[in-house]
Amino acid sequence: MSPASAQASDQVDHDGKRGAFSSRRVFILAAIGSAVGLGNIWRFPYVAYENGGGAFMIPYLVALLCAGIPFLLFDYAIGHRHRGSAPLSFARMHRRAEGLGWWQVGICFVIAVYYAAVIAWALRYTFFSLNKAWGSDPDGFFFGSFLKAGDVAVSTDVVPGVFIPLALVWLAMLAILALGVQRGVGLTSLWSIPVLVITFSALVVQALLLPGAGAGLDALFTPDWSELGSASVWAAAIGQIFFSLSIGYGIMITYSSYVSRREDMTGSGLVVGFSNSSFELLAGIGVFAALGFMAQASGEAVGDVASGGIGLAFVAFPAIINEAPAGALLGVLFFGSLVIAGLTSLISVIEVVISAVRDKLDTTRIRSTVLVVVPAAVLSLALLSTTSGVYVLDVVDHFVNQYGILIVAVISMLVVAWGMRALHLLAAHLNVNGRPLVGSGWRLLAGILTPAGLTVVLVLALRDDLRAAYEDYPGWLLLTFGWAVAAALPIIGFLIARLPWRAGTHLDGPPPDPADHAAVAAARTGGDVR
Amino acid sequence: MSAEAIVMMVVSMIVIWGGLAAAVWSLVRHGAVDSRVDEVRRDP
Repeated sequence: MSPASAQASDQVDHDGKRGAFSSRRVFILAAIGSAVGLGNIWRFPYVAYENGGGAFMIPYLVALLCAGIPFLLFDYAIGHRHRGSAPLSFARMHRRAEGLGWWQVGICFVIAVYYAAVIAWALRYTFFSLNKAWGSDPDGFFFGSFLKAGDVAVSTDVVPGVFIPLALVWLAMLAILALGVQRGVGLTSLWSIPVLVITFSALVVQALLLPGAGAGLDALFTPDWSELGSASVWAAAIGQIFFSLSIGYGIMITYSSYVSRREDMTGSGLVVGFSNSSFELLAGIGVFAALGFMAQASGEAVGDVASGGIGLAFVAFPAIINEAPAGALLGVLFFGSLVIAGLTSLISVIEVVISAVRDKLDTTRIRSTVLVVVPAAVLSLALLSTTSGVYVLDVVDHFVNQYGILIVAVISMLVVAWGMRALHLLAAHLNVNGRPLVGSGWRLLAGILTPAGLTVVLVLALRDDLRAAYEDYPGWLLLTFGWAVAAALPIIGFLIARLPWRAGTHLDGPPPDPADHAAVAAARTGGDVR
Repeated sequence: MSAEAIVMMVVSMIVIWGGLAAAVWSLVRHGAVDSRVDEVRRDP
């Protein structure tokens, strides 16, 4: 067997071993599971309320159609055409672009380390809801009794109440991901997404029946048209769509590489994009109906009780649960939804790393899962289960999102669109089986408008961070866990890209289709397979 | 709720949830392409 023949055989065999989703339905549910995460539930409602209420829906929809879905299709086309993890797909596009993929893998590894902690908190709060363990002071309970957060300093004092659920989350990740793409990622999504929709819908119905719910919805949907003239509102819409859709950091590239070659990726992308926004709208209705009830119960305006992020989930919602009829049920539904939404997103984030390690080293599924999950779990338990965990989480989250995901997303789009001039190839790939067809409009959006919009978001974030210390944290904390982590990821990524691929890896463009016998034969005789 | 808020809520629902329904319908209608797994599916 000639070297070229051996390489082609290796490649076809390796493609078979990577694993894949068994059907379109499984892929779409897994992609929805990745996109629908904590941000849909605790970020969107407050971002919408803060940026014009009902009027925000206009920039939001424009951002979905003109930036979110075009970028989603961009990721799909890269992964689906090149049949590899993020680093392998970029390497197959151009050898020197491989570092972009490893940068994305690094971002996913860091996100997994802290994201698991929030799921662990939500898991604990699901049980706290049963007896309202936070008592009459949810704020003091969360930061004091539960997290035992002390001064802003890096501590090694472990909090058992966080350590144990966090260890359970990582054990669950190990078990699910070791099962593989279809039996682990796919089947988990197959049952968890319907359960999430049913659970959250039940919460929304319960919230809508609470007194004061109308006032909450009034606050969320009353449009402030003057906000439409503000650049920051449009940037907020693009940021919300971008961070919510799991685009730009390797997840959708990885997932689309597991899909049948003859799948309609454009149609699937539209379903995933609109599903994500549909869930966000549902979350906005449920959260603000509950906030309206809380405002009425406390005699305050909705604006005074509205919040987002950790404050909404672990302070405001427990206060709502205290006052609401059947509050324990509301709590179980809310925190249970957070756990499910968080787990499916965490699975996708870790899968990016596992897939890249498997492609590069050609290890077995179980070995690569252990190789990725165990170090991530150790780091996560060491940094996030201590009394300083909440500060580390907040800083890393902010900087990795703003200066990790955003920058790599903009650079990768510019490199592919203008450096490689590959958008027409990606569009042609999407159009082989996809409907509706994408053409010059998509290339314009993916090559110019989306990177330009994301650059505005990036510049506004940078301006804010240079004007004042993020959340008034001390400079050493921001430097160590913020700027340093964000700066180290691309350096590490491009260093890893210098390591050789496993023997026999096909790197010259998209790999041959095993069903296309002529292409495989051409590869085996050293011919052109593209 | 004010009339303005109700209108915005209903319009948002129609556009986003209607968009989802239309996307699913389009995908199913165009689902004639072979969506079967066409490669060996091993994941050892």
